Amino acid sequence: MNHDAYPDNYIRGILNSVKSIAMVGASPVNVRPSYFAFKYLAQRGYDMIPVNPGHVGKELLGKPFVASLSDIGRPVDMIDIFRNSSHIMPVVEEALTLDPLPKVIWMQLGARDDAAAAKAESVGIKVVMNRCPKIEYGRLSSEISWMGVNSRTLSSKRAPVPTQGMRLSLNRMSMGGGDTAASDRAAKNKTEQG
Amino acid sequence: MSDRLPGFSTLAVHAGAQPDPTTGARATPIYQTTSFVFNDADHAASLFGLQAFGNIYTRIGNPTNAVLEERVAALEGGTAALAVASGHAAQVVILQQLLQPGDEFIAARKLYGGSINQFTHAFKSFGWNVVWADPDDIASFERAVTPRTKAIFIESIANPAGSITDIEAISTVARKAGVPLIVDNTLASPYLIRPIDHGADIVVHSLTKFLGGHGNSLGGIIVDAGTFDWSTDGKYPMLSEPRPEYHGIRLQETFGNFAFAIACRVLGLRDLGPALSPFNAFMILTGIETLPLRMQKHCDNAKAVAEFLAGHPAVASVSYAGLANDKYNQLARKYAPKGAGAVFTFSLKGGYDAGVSLVSKLQLFSHLANVGDTRSLVIHPASTTHSQLDDAAKVKSGAGPDVVRLSIGIEDKEDLIADLEQALGA
Repeated sequence: MNHDAYPDNYIRGILNSVKSIAMVGASPVNVRPSYFAFKYLAQRGYDMIPVNPGHVGKELLGKPFVASLSDIGRPVDMIDIFRNSSHIMPVVEEALTLDPLPKVIWMQLGARDDAAAAKAESVGIKVVMNRCPKIEYGRLSSEISWMGVNSRTLSSKRAPVPTQGMRLSLNRMSMGGGDTAASDRAAKNKTEQG
Repeated sequence: MSDRLPGFSTLAVHAGAQPDPTTGARATPIYQTTSFVFNDADHAASLFGLQAFGNIYTRIGNPTNAVLEERVAALEGGTAALAVASGHAAQVVILQQLLQPGDEFIAARKLYGGSINQFTHAFKSFGWNVVWADPDDIASFERAVTPRTKAIFIESIANPAGSITDIEAISTVARKAGVPLIVDNTLASPYLIRPIDHGADIVVHSLTKFLGGHGNSLGGIIVDAGTFDWSTDGKYPMLSEPRPEYHGIRLQETFGNFAFAIACRVLGLRDLGPALSPFNAFMILTGIETLPLRMQKHCDNAKAVAEFLAGHPAVASVSYAGLANDKYNQLARKYAPKGAGAVFTFSLKGGYDAGVSLVSKLQLFSHLANVGDTRSLVIHPASTTHSQLDDAAKVKSGAGPDVVRLSIGIEDKEDLIADLEQALGA
């Protein structure tokens, strides 16, 4: 996978197929991005599992925190890592010990570790880096268009009225996929400069 | 679902719009409302905390305006956009995110006269210090860079003479200085030039001109290219530092490559207040649907009129980059191959008096202070748009006393030429 520019079909396929998401680094502080990404994905119908060793014994929106991926005790489809790039590798290494393996490892906006990604991909796991699943879901459903964001999708069908707990259709016509060419180039240059 | 990039004309009609969720209305409805009902207290809190997508109050966002924003972002190849009340309002909102009092920005000397005034007087009173550079001398931008420089501002096709700016060369200077390049793309529109493809980080428009296109509605827009890294060195605290207005959210961390557009909305538009009327957004959206058709006709007419003027005995010179012998023709071929725009100047051998006489004799051209209308327009910049500049600055910005500016409309070109001929000849 080219991690500088993801085709929409790749992201759409992931968001349409995964049902359970373990979020590593989920925060109970309601102004942290991990908190509201967790909340949004739960509202859109995903089975969310908060992973954070500092909050075991507490709940996040009714879901009990677990200390680590191996404590989940049931199969998960996707692991969403809300940690800095330097903390990605140990999480991926732990994910690779799970049985069954997760189908997807997703690293949040700003997080990228190509070596960890290669390791996961070598055993057939799909990897997304430096993206936010909330933003991607909002983009592909066009819900994010309410904020003037270029969804890079088109549709001549009647728009849905999003309500709590409702899954939205992500099957709009895509305009080339992922981010704009210019922003993809800028991200690539930044990666190359280290 | 295939990933296929639709053409410009398809985007001009469709991007951002889809049939209304409740009524199925196919044209974008005018959501003429100040405010939007919350589902419950938690929904309200999520919206105010920037944690959920949705509408609160039309000063912050409106569904009609959002269609306009997404459409222009798509046409420019940006990640997001914010529509505001005018092009001038857009410039205030942009610089508010980038400059603290005492900071500097570098601006090309050839600009719309209103921008020169805004930068020189109003912005100076905010402590935002403009440093002028010459767009024909790239090194003058490099020399103007200081540790306090926070941005570079240029026009793609520059007022008043329609000169073409070397966007790529200036973007190299901006990159080296570690500051964003802001390009005012009003006179080109994305149909002729897409500055983001040439290294712009922020694009700004007066929607009042070619995008709206019919001379009936004011508006401005800011497009975020999603290319600039705001997180370095705390140089841009509005984007990189925790915002007390929003419980300590960091906008770049939260919104990634559209953080600048969000900053303009939630820190600029929300607090400064220059909201665009949804009715104006609707009018401008309707205009944009025919942008590719109109813009080509504007350019084709402009070239014909410029060629006519260049051959007329009463005309001393014509500045139109679409003419083969023009100083900016090489740059026009590179940046605007479909046409060099429709705003240009010419000077008359009879000087100031001949200019005044010409304006008074024209029958089809309207004498007014706007450009980018369906109608052809004429003005004498030295006595109007550029009148607040001193004589030397007028000449430097291409608005000397003998100069007349035209904005060519989409009438039949033969009629425009006949009108100019009678006014020049009699």
